[in-house]
Amino acid sequence: MADASNSVHSVYGLLAEFEHPEDLLHAAEKVRLAGYSSWDTFTPFQVHGLDDAMGVRRTILPWLVFGAGAFGCGIAILFQWWTNAVDYPFLISGKPEWSLPANIPVAFEVTILCAAIVAVVGMLWLNNLPRLHHPLFRSERFRRATTDRFFLAIEASDPLFDEVATRKLLESTKPSAVECIEDTT
Amino acid sequence: MSTATAPATVQPPILEDNLTEDPRRQPALIMGNHDYQSVTDKVCGLAERDRAPLGWHIAFWTSAVLTGFLMVLIAYLFWEGIGIWGNNQPVGWGFDIINFVFWVGIGHAGTLISAILFLLRQHWRTAINRFAEAMTIFAVICAGLFPAIHIGRPWVIYWLAPFPNQMDMWPNFRSPLLWDVFAVSTYFLVSLMFWYVGMIPDLATLRDRAKTRIRSFIYGVLALGWNGSGRHWHRYEVAYLLLAALATPLVLSVHSVVSFDFATSQVPGWHLSIFPPYFVAGAIFSGFAMVVTLLVPCRKWFGLEDFITLRHLENMNKVILATSLMVGLAYLTETILAWYSEDRYEIFAMDNRKVGPYAWAFWTMLICNVVIPHIFWFRSMRRNLVIMFIISILVNVGMWFERFVIIVTSLHRDFVPTSWHMFVPTWVDISMLVGSFGLFFFLFLLFLRYGPIVSVAELKAEMPSPREAAAARERRHG
Repeated sequence: MADASNSVHSVYGLLAEFEHPEDLLHAAEKVRLAGYSSWDTFTPFQVHGLDDAMGVRRTILPWLVFGAGAFGCGIAILFQWWTNAVDYPFLISGKPEWSLPANIPVAFEVTILCAAIVAVVGMLWLNNLPRLHHPLFRSERFRRATTDRFFLAIEASDPLFDEVATRKLLESTKPSAVECIEDTT
Repeated sequence: MSTATAPATVQPPILEDNLTEDPRRQPALIMGNHDYQSVTDKVCGLAERDRAPLGWHIAFWTSAVLTGFLMVLIAYLFWEGIGIWGNNQPVGWGFDIINFVFWVGIGHAGTLISAILFLLRQHWRTAINRFAEAMTIFAVICAGLFPAIHIGRPWVIYWLAPFPNQMDMWPNFRSPLLWDVFAVSTYFLVSLMFWYVGMIPDLATLRDRAKTRIRSFIYGVLALGWNGSGRHWHRYEVAYLLLAALATPLVLSVHSVVSFDFATSQVPGWHLSIFPPYFVAGAIFSGFAMVVTLLVPCRKWFGLEDFITLRHLENMNKVILATSLMVGLAYLTETILAWYSEDRYEIFAMDNRKVGPYAWAFWTMLICNVVIPHIFWFRSMRRNLVIMFIISILVNVGMWFERFVIIVTSLHRDFVPTSWHMFVPTWVDISMLVGSFGLFFFLFLLFLRYGPIVSVAELKAEMPSPREAAAARERRHG
C-alpha cells in the first residue's frame, strides 16, 4: 500500500459523470451518507434539491449583507449630519440644517449600494472566486459541466478517500464515467 | 374499461403552442424539442459565429458613426458651452433633462423584469431578463451622460461628490439634485452587478466551449473561474435572491427620486405629490415598450422564437396596457388636482398644456400613451408582431413627449407673463438625441454579438429534465 499512498498525493480526486440530474441527486445523497466531507458536485445550473442531497449548510451571506446595509445606512446618516449640520452648516430656503426626512433618500441609496456590493463580493469571496485555474479543468470531459453533464468529485484530501473503495462507491451510483484527476501542483 | 379511458377524454388536449388561456395547464416556457445541449448551442452559437450577418454590420456601423457624432458634439459643447442648446430663461432645462428622464425611464424595465418578476416567481422572465438587463445598463449610460454634460463647467463635475477639499465645502444633501446623483449612480452600479452576476455561469459555458485561445482567455477571465460547484451554486442563488430583493425597492426609488427634482420645486405643473408613482408607472411603461421594440426583431434575426415565445410578448403587451392605464390615470389626476386646488397658476399650467403653443406635444403624448395602447385589449393585436412593434415605438415617442410636456410647458410660462419665453431646440439638441440612440444601439449590438443574450443556465433550470421530457412525450404519443 506504500505505492498507493504515494500516488494519492499526486491525485486530486475522483470525478464521476452523470447524464441525468436525478442520478446525481442520488449519488450525492449516497456520498454524503458514506461520510465524505471534501467533495462537491458540478452542474450546469442549480439542480433543485441538490443542496439538501449534499447537506450544504446555509451560507452566512445574508448576515453579511444585512450588516453591510446597516453600516451603509448608519454611515450615510452620520455623514450627512456631520457635513451639513456640523462641519459646514448653511441656511438654504429656511430649511433646518439637520432634518432626517431630507436625508432619507441618500441614506437609502447608500444602504442598498453597500448591501449589494457585499452580496456580490461576499458571494465570490466565500466561493474562493476568482480562481482561474482548478485541477478539474484539466479534464476534457469536465468541459461539459457547464453545458449538459452533471459531475460529482471526491477529493483525495478527504480522510475517507481510498482510490479503490471510493471508486467502487462512485461506480455503484451508475455514473456514465469515472475519471481519476491528477494534481500536478 | 371506461374508467381507464375517461380521464384521457377529460384532459384538455396538448397544444403545440403555449398560448393556452386554460388556467389548469402550465404553459410551456420553451417551445420545440430542446435539450440542454441544443439550448446551449443555440444561444452560445450566436456569440461564437465567425462572421456576423450583414444586417448586424449595417446596424453596428451606423450606430458607431452616430456615437462618434455624439462624441464630436460633446466636444463642441464643452468648447462652446451650453449656449449651443435651445435652453434659455426661463426654460433652463431642455432636451438635456428630457433625454435624461426618458433614458432613465427606459432603464427601469430591465431590473423590474429581473428583480421584481424574479421575486414574484414569474418564470417566463427567464428568457428575456438578460436582454432587458443589458438594455437597462445601456439606457442608464445614455441617461447618465446628459446630466454630466449639462452642467455649465463639466470639468468640475467631481464637486458633486462629497470629498474633503481646499474650499472646505460639502454638497447640500437636502437638495433633490444631489439625491439624484446618488440614486442614478447606485442604480447603475447595482444593475451592473446584477447583470454580471447573472452572466457568470453563462460566461463559463462560453469559456468551456471556446475554440480559440483568445476567446478562452477573455471568457475565462470574465467567468472568474466558475465551475458550477454545488456549494458555489448555493451561495450564488442566495446572493442572486438578495440582489433581487435589494434591487426591487431600488428600481421603484430611482424614478421617484428623479420626480423629486420636479415635485419639490414651486413651478406650476411640477409641484405635485402624485409625481413619484406617476413617474414610476411611466418608466415601466416606456421600458417594457422598449423591450418589445428590441425583442420583436431580435428574436426573429437570431432565431430565438423557441425561447422568447409569443406568450412572452403577449405578457409584455399586457403590462404595457396596464401601465398605460396607470399613466392615463395620472394625467387625469394631475388635471383634477389643479382644478381642485383653485390655484390660478396650476390651473393655467394645465390649460396651457392642452391649448397653449405646445398643445401639439401634449396631444401627441396623450394619443400615443393613453389612446393607442387600448388596441392591446384585443388578443389578436397583442399577438400581432407588426402591430406590437409599431405600438411599442409609438409608446416611446409618447413617453419622450411626456417629458417634453412636463419640462418645457411648465417652465416656459410660469408666474409672471413678462418672463415667458418659448423654447426652440437647436440642431445640436436634436442631433444629441439622435446620437444618444446611436450610443445605445452601439453598446447593445456589441452585447448581441459577443454576450450570452439569453440566460442559458436559468433556462435549463426551467426546462424539464431529459427523463421528465421523455415521460411527457410518452404521455403525448402513447
